[in-house]
Amino acid sequence: MLYSDKVMDHFRNPRNLGTMEDADGVGEVGNAKCGDIMKIYIKVNDNIITDIKFNTFGCGSAIATSSMATEMIKGKTLDEALELTNKAVVEALDGLPNHKIHCSVLAEEAVKAAIEDYNSKNGKGNKIEHNCSGCSGCCG
Amino acid sequence: MRVYADNAATTKMSDIAIETMVSYMKNEYGNPSSLYEKGQTALEAIERARKSIAEVINSRPKEIYFTSGGSESDNQAIITGAEIGKKKNKRHIITTAFEHHAVLHSLEKLKKQGFDITLLPVYEDGLVRPEDLEKALNENTVMVSVMFANNEIGTIQPIKELGAICREKGVIFHTDAVQALGHLKIDIEEMNIDMLSMSAHKFHGPKGVGALFVRKGIRVSNLIEGGAQEKGKRAGTENVPGIMSMAAALLESVNDMEEKGKGIASLRNQLIEELIKIPHSKVNGSVIDRLPGNLNMCFEGIEGESLLLLLDDKGVSASSGSACTSGSLDPSHVLLAIGLPHEIAHGSLRISLSEYSTKEDIKHIAKVVPEVVSYLRSISPIWNDLKEGRKEYVI
Repeated sequence: MLYSDKVMDHFRNPRNLGTMEDADGVGEVGNAKCGDIMKIYIKVNDNIITDIKFNTFGCGSAIATSSMATEMIKGKTLDEALELTNKAVVEALDGLPNHKIHCSVLAEEAVKAAIEDYNSKNGKGNKIEHNCSGCSGCCG
Repeated sequence: MRVYADNAATTKMSDIAIETMVSYMKNEYGNPSSLYEKGQTALEAIERARKSIAEVINSRPKEIYFTSGGSESDNQAIITGAEIGKKKNKRHIITTAFEHHAVLHSLEKLKKQGFDITLLPVYEDGLVRPEDLEKALNENTVMVSVMFANNEIGTIQPIKELGAICREKGVIFHTDAVQALGHLKIDIEEMNIDMLSMSAHKFHGPKGVGALFVRKGIRVSNLIEGGAQEKGKRAGTENVPGIMSMAAALLESVNDMEEKGKGIASLRNQLIEELIKIPHSKVNGSVIDRLPGNLNMCFEGIEGESLLLLLDDKGVSASSGSACTSGSLDPSHVLLAIGLPHEIAHGSLRISLSEYSTKEDIKHIAKVVPEVVSYLRSISPIWNDLKEGRKEYVI
């Protein structure tokens, strides 16, 4: 099998799937040209991510990593969420094939982009460092 | 219900192909190079197979060389043409932008050795234009390689016309007929073909065996050095069970080929009628000049790998040209060559039927594909943007 059981579980039954009308922060990363786009919506209360939703255009691992990333940061503080690494997402999914690692990077980026959007809307303008954007920088 | 709809990738072996293979494994295990009876029986057998295969394409048995399959045949054909080019100091080879990688990668290697490679364009209909070939030929052209039918979109190239142009200019004409043999009529004389690649597992034969036709008078270059098998042009003890099984499968495939093809095309056309109802979808390449079993479509706003995985969950084995399924960053070079934008090419689906496909199979595919496309669109941010007018539909 190309994917672990955990990846297939998150792909088949994605957690936190959907959009959010009144999101406090929205992050969209990726590029249609590269074949994956992730969009994450967060609801923030008292610095805590109280709700999170995602939509993804992409392969099985793109959908699974989005699902896992949202699950990992739901209920966490913004600072904790910012510490989420792609490596942690990959580990939580019991691994990804090498050529799919970029999907996990995209998931990490999407979380950061959503938090960045929240920060900028709330006057907390610190720019978050991005590893890459789209497929040219991070597809490994 | 399980539906196998990936016959362009490989086919189910026919009963006769399996029986023949097993029989030669069990009973005729002699080495065709051995002088005793058991060896000579095996030798006579493979010569019979060679004759059968030669007859199917209207060549002479001597012009058939057994190989390990389509990729090896393509490699050997390209190297054969290139070596002749080196001798004649003609280092220009013409091919198309959507050949199989066995041809394209072989030519890339030659490019590094100083060969000049021209890629003929293919148009939206997935066809090469003979006039483009005429324009591309020059006094340094040694060989032209154009596939008989494309492996992804199934479009059938104007081989006879292309061959005639090459013949007139004295240029070697190779065609990769891996997808075509056993499904379409092939006549190397009428079509002016000088070299032709074949693979057994695309017509219900076994994997790991194929053949290369090389017209008499063309000096074949070896890929594998060793013993004197295949007139010294392809060393290694012959794959006797594979060769016998290949011949059996081919004879069975070409028997009533036209009738069977009509039946398969009729199923395929029913499927097109159903799937084209999915909004913002399109068939890639000509529907007319196309292998009977091939259907290749794009669905806007979704990605091919997730489509395949979910179809697999619903019992359908199919294929896609998305980047994720190709293992690279780019979607299929075939779909890009016919002018599809990247984001559309990522959402492609290839269904390839065979004579074993049934009406029930078609019904099942026609039921589950729209379900899966609709689900994937419902979770796709691109689809959401399209639906809400933030982006323009491409198809």
